[in-house]
Amino acid sequence: MLKIFEQLGGFLTLMRSAFSKPEKAQMYWKETFRQAKDIGVGSLPIIAIVSTFIGGVSAVQFAYQFRSISLVPMWWIGSIVRKGMILELAPTVSALLLAGKVGSNIASELGTMRISEQIDAYEIMGVNTPAYLIGPKIAASVIVVPMLVVIAVALGIIGGWGAGLLGGFFSTTEYFRGVQDGFDGYDVFIMLVKAVLFGFTLSSISCYKGFTVQGGAVEIGKSSTQAVVLSSIVMMIVNFFVAFLLL
Amino acid sequence: MIEIKNIKKNFGSQQVLKGISASFENGKCNLIIGKSGSGKTVTLKCMVGLFEPDEGTILYDGRNITEMDFHARKDIRREIGMLFQGTALFDSLTVEENVQFPLDMFTNQTAAEKLARVNFCLGRVNLPNTNKKYPGELSGGMKKRVGIARAIVMNPRYLFCDEPNSGLDPKTAIVIDHLIKEITEEYNITTVVNTHDMNSVMGIGDKVVFLHEGLKYWEGNNKEIMQITDGELFDFIFASDFLKDLRRNAKY
Repeated sequence: MLKIFEQLGGFLTLMRSAFSKPEKAQMYWKETFRQAKDIGVGSLPIIAIVSTFIGGVSAVQFAYQFRSISLVPMWWIGSIVRKGMILELAPTVSALLLAGKVGSNIASELGTMRISEQIDAYEIMGVNTPAYLIGPKIAASVIVVPMLVVIAVALGIIGGWGAGLLGGFFSTTEYFRGVQDGFDGYDVFIMLVKAVLFGFTLSSISCYKGFTVQGGAVEIGKSSTQAVVLSSIVMMIVNFFVAFLLL
Repeated sequence: MIEIKNIKKNFGSQQVLKGISASFENGKCNLIIGKSGSGKTVTLKCMVGLFEPDEGTILYDGRNITEMDFHARKDIRREIGMLFQGTALFDSLTVEENVQFPLDMFTNQTAAEKLARVNFCLGRVNLPNTNKKYPGELSGGMKKRVGIARAIVMNPRYLFCDEPNSGLDPKTAIVIDHLIKEITEEYNITTVVNTHDMNSVMGIGDKVVFLHEGLKYWEGNNKEIMQITDGELFDFIFASDFLKDLRRNAKY
């Protein structure tokens, strides 16, 4: 229990340092854009593939169930896929994927920098290392994750449409009637809130785990795994509270 | 000049530094030597502020770094250059970007001025035409030279070198030693070198501090060290029987 509070205290202290005043704003912007490119462009293919198939699978599964209930019109599938993708599947699945890909990458990158004394080298120069190495990663993640989630929603809906057409469950007109039916902007707001919180959670926990690593290659591996596991768990808890409080 | 006074440092129940005092002079290569685990690296890291000493004071030309707040300490750090044991070059940056980084972060020089300074420093360490290479493409000796170029790019008043010769062949090690010595004298820097390489001690040891079990055991220079005939320092310097016999038969 004491260790949990110790870690929580360490995390909060590090976050405070990470958002302290930068030495030279231009350098921090440059680093933030570099991180945004790494996180965004680097993760786009996996997000695109997974979300397209998730949309497709959702459409097929609902079509399978609706067939047995002849009273439910097939155009509802479009509505369900849209709602499911926006409210839950796109933000949650994207965040879990990013925790695995980006989170482990951040933790191992910072861990390696710590072990190879690169972080010490920054400190000796007089650089505020948490602000320079952690701040831009979190900022980039908070900006880029919502963008990826929006793309995931769009591709999920397209995936659902493609799967439905392939299976002959509905026509294009029927599907997109469902997609537009009962659209509520508040759902998108919830999605963006989740995406921002997930972006912060996965990057901050991964940064903390990587930045504070001690030891060698084995410890870097462990911290990377812990970053993925812990950020995934915390994101699911955050997910619950967002749904509980905002829906 | 850097002075350390009664520095103590514990890690848990293990007392690593038990009260070390020494002074490191301007324009000279000041060497800290000692066996592995004697406290050399901890002393160096306390001096540069990477470790917080439990007791004692560290004075940079009279300025006590142990009592400084974060911002004042950052100002002092801009007067410090450091060559790390593993060079600590930034993997994702080219040689030019590595050396230029402190200029980018802390100066408002134009791109042309920065490039000129980087090229000067790389030329000074005999590494021309390597600007666009990545650290992974360099040999151990070249990496050390880039490390030195990065350490001197901001015209430091104090230069720290942690095991500058580790992993280098004897000939390259001597080249690096001489480079450190030349730079120290040329720019009148206070240089502190942490080493257990006897070639360095004999070659550039203007002042030598020998640490043993967390205490300062001996202090002198590379001439005086040759007069030692017994004790811990003798065992350390002339570690093998071959060297001991050689020393006993030498006419010093």
